Amino acid sequence: MDLETLIESVLNALTAGITIGCIYGLMCIGLGLIFGIMKVVNFAQGELLMLGMFASFYLVTGGGVLAFLGPYIGPFVGAILAGPIVFVFGAMLHKFLISRVSGLRTAGSIDDGHFGQLIVTLGISLILQNGGMIVFGTIPVTVRTPLSSSAFLIGPVYGDATIFLNKAKLVACAVAIITALALYFVLEFTRVGKALRAAADNPTAATYMGIDVDKYYRMAFGLGSGITAIAGGLMATYLSFGSFIGFDYVIIMYSGVVLGGIGSIMGAFWGGMTVGLVQQMSALVLPPQLQNAAIFIVFLLIVMLRPQGLFGRSAERA
Amino acid sequence: MRIGTAEKLRRDLTVLVALTVVYLGVAWFVPNSYYQLILTLVPIWAAFGVSWNILSGYGGQLSFGQASFFGIGGYTVTLALVYWNLTPWLGIPLGVVMGGVAAVVIGTPTFRLRGHYFALAMLAYPLAILYFMQYFGFQEVSLPMHRDEPAAFLEFADPRYYTIVAVGLLFVSVLACIAVENSRFGLALLALRQNELAAEAAGIDTRTWKMRALIVSGMIAAGAGGLYACVQLVVTPDSVFGMLVSAQPVVMTLFGGVASLWGPVIGAAFLVPLSKLLDAYAGDYLRGIQGVVYGATVIAIILAAPDGLFWTFRDRFFRPKAPEPLPAAYPSARGFAAAHASPIALMKVEGLSKSFGGLRAVSNVSFTIGEGEILGIIGPNGAGKTTLFNLLNGVLPSDGGTATLGGEAMLGKKVHQICHMGVGRTFQVVRSFARLPLLDNVIVGAYGAGLSDQEAADAAIRALHRTGLAEQAGVPAGQLTNKQLRLMELARALAGQPRLLLLDETLAGLGREECDDVLNVLHRLREEGMTIGIIEHTMHAMMRIADRFLVLDHGAVLASGTPREVVEDRSVIEAYLGKKWLAKQDA
Repeated sequence: MDLETLIESVLNALTAGITIGCIYGLMCIGLGLIFGIMKVVNFAQGELLMLGMFASFYLVTGGGVLAFLGPYIGPFVGAILAGPIVFVFGAMLHKFLISRVSGLRTAGSIDDGHFGQLIVTLGISLILQNGGMIVFGTIPVTVRTPLSSSAFLIGPVYGDATIFLNKAKLVACAVAIITALALYFVLEFTRVGKALRAAADNPTAATYMGIDVDKYYRMAFGLGSGITAIAGGLMATYLSFGSFIGFDYVIIMYSGVVLGGIGSIMGAFWGGMTVGLVQQMSALVLPPQLQNAAIFIVFLLIVMLRPQGLFGRSAERA
Repeated sequence: MRIGTAEKLRRDLTVLVALTVVYLGVAWFVPNSYYQLILTLVPIWAAFGVSWNILSGYGGQLSFGQASFFGIGGYTVTLALVYWNLTPWLGIPLGVVMGGVAAVVIGTPTFRLRGHYFALAMLAYPLAILYFMQYFGFQEVSLPMHRDEPAAFLEFADPRYYTIVAVGLLFVSVLACIAVENSRFGLALLALRQNELAAEAAGIDTRTWKMRALIVSGMIAAGAGGLYACVQLVVTPDSVFGMLVSAQPVVMTLFGGVASLWGPVIGAAFLVPLSKLLDAYAGDYLRGIQGVVYGATVIAIILAAPDGLFWTFRDRFFRPKAPEPLPAAYPSARGFAAAHASPIALMKVEGLSKSFGGLRAVSNVSFTIGEGEILGIIGPNGAGKTTLFNLLNGVLPSDGGTATLGGEAMLGKKVHQICHMGVGRTFQVVRSFARLPLLDNVIVGAYGAGLSDQEAADAAIRALHRTGLAEQAGVPAGQLTNKQLRLMELARALAGQPRLLLLDETLAGLGREECDDVLNVLHRLREEGMTIGIIEHTMHAMMRIADRFLVLDHGAVLASGTPREVVEDRSVIEAYLGKKWLAKQDA
């Protein structure tokens, strides 16, 4: 391989890694809220992603209410609107099932309710995967946009080496960054955000401060669901999906959250970004079967070197 | 085996033998080959569940990656048969050995991690292996048939024989679990599940026990995986290393009852037939409905029985008997001569320092504790008292200085090693093993000191008598009062036969009378010749008990001497009450 081709493939893998990484980052933030901050083990997070994809799909394609927006803007508006839809779904899920095995009910028990959460969310995951198959059918679909088959060209940067930026992924990446920043500001600077973080951090103390912990838990869980769903809606523009797609991504989400450091929202974003980059960059040197193995090996290496994740803190008082 | 487990042991073994006989008896009369397959799979998955239960249930080391070992077992049996023509009768034991080796290889780096980080890192191993298996071309490997001598290659035309072998595997696994549960192994695991630091401070080498648990667990899982391959006649990476495989033992054990012998068995007996029957019947009507029904059933039952079927039923129908108090008097091991503070220094600390970033939490601290002396360590909040203890018993590494106990260096050792040197420690926040009875909480300390089963039981009972807790011996620690918990920690430290006790705010949060009770215990210990370093805020209590004071402020030694000298020291008054107060006094 000559230098030009090498540079071209490295730069393209890098840009693809960053764009996909941003979307993965957003997806991980959703789980970061639920698992990192609320400390709820949620194995149905992949299915929330899947619901986001289908929400966007039914809004935008065929006779969907957003069909009039056309194939350029529609898919991205659909992705964003998948957020509130799945937010409501997540909040209901929390109200009727998750709240019974988490929060104040299980605070102080030997496993903090994680065992119960594990089973309940695995059950939810099974129901959504299989129920999804019954409702949505077995044929993979995609949210078509002409943008996904055209690209911006940058360069040539070196000789003939050119960077191709897929337009659909670029717009998706921009939406992901804006959503992540908006969430960051809401959590960091608004009253609601502060109450959310307080309730998640220490439910008992938050109750004493007059915070309606149950309500904020429901909101936090809904928010975590909605954020992941938006990422799902964005991914729907460039990949085809069925009801079992969540399976592949739930592991990526956990890897991202753990890499970033459990409990850190920004960490979750950078963790997701790392996974995206590793996935795309490994394509340069590894055969396709081993690209996914590379994610787990890099994951293990990073956690071994930094047992508290990239942005995590670890402290225990004796 | 631990003292006092004989009755439970007999009961569990009886149930095990009875269940085996009944199960095989029923299975013999099941003609349908699909039902017979279900009957074969139940014990295999149950054994897999047992393996997870040892590591994650008893030991609390939640792992989502048990499929690593299951898959290694399955592939070892298959590949050994394909390439070396090795019969599975030997292939499965080989797989079990490989499972143990894999446990060491995986555990060595991964036990650096804790909690969720550990759980999810474990998940990464089977998934990474899965992709490598695909890459190496082992997508689908069938086990070759041996028509001339099938039985020698664990091949049976009559599926009932597979069931017998599977039940045999489960029998061995349950025996292993019984052996773990009723020995110091099990107690170490339960202690480490409930509170790792306390277990470590009680002298338990938590890392070693975790590794042992992983090895036993990996071996059983590999055995289950090996037999699974033989029953299925084909292995694929997804069917033995996949995420759903890792989820199986977790779901079955949690469903049946975690950290109970029968939990995984109950879970498998319920869930395996449920999922297989749903697959066979409901799936035909509407594809996918079987997953929905299965998921809904699992959720419904776990919400109704959150601790799993076993514990929920036991708590509802078999209330544990009221605990029996210990016999009133118990002979002490040796006669204690009333000893008094002697000038011989037991512990010598020199120039001990520790910084957290820019904060000097402990700076250049030097002091000694004499044999038989009670040294009171006082100082305002944030003076570095607890940090000092953490440095001395190995919770934190020090930046500089030396500390010796009877001439032996203390720094740089691990928490449990310090305990073995003869340093007992209690914590500011009580660290109990809430589900274990008081006596077991204390026995943990005795095992930590390396005593034999009989000696440990004796030492624990003696420690309970010395702290006045003999009546509560059978009560779970979670039901004790604050004072009793404080005394329990003291008893646990005493059971380890320490030469030096480091007590961190043992009187915190106690009322005046409770305080007196604890002080009386400490007085008695001193008369028996115990050496004690105690951190305390309550001055009136300290004045009554301490021979000497060491005053810390901002990490440094402010003063030391007899109680009277110290309370009249101007710098001490200043540190506690401020300059203004001092000026007013002088005026």
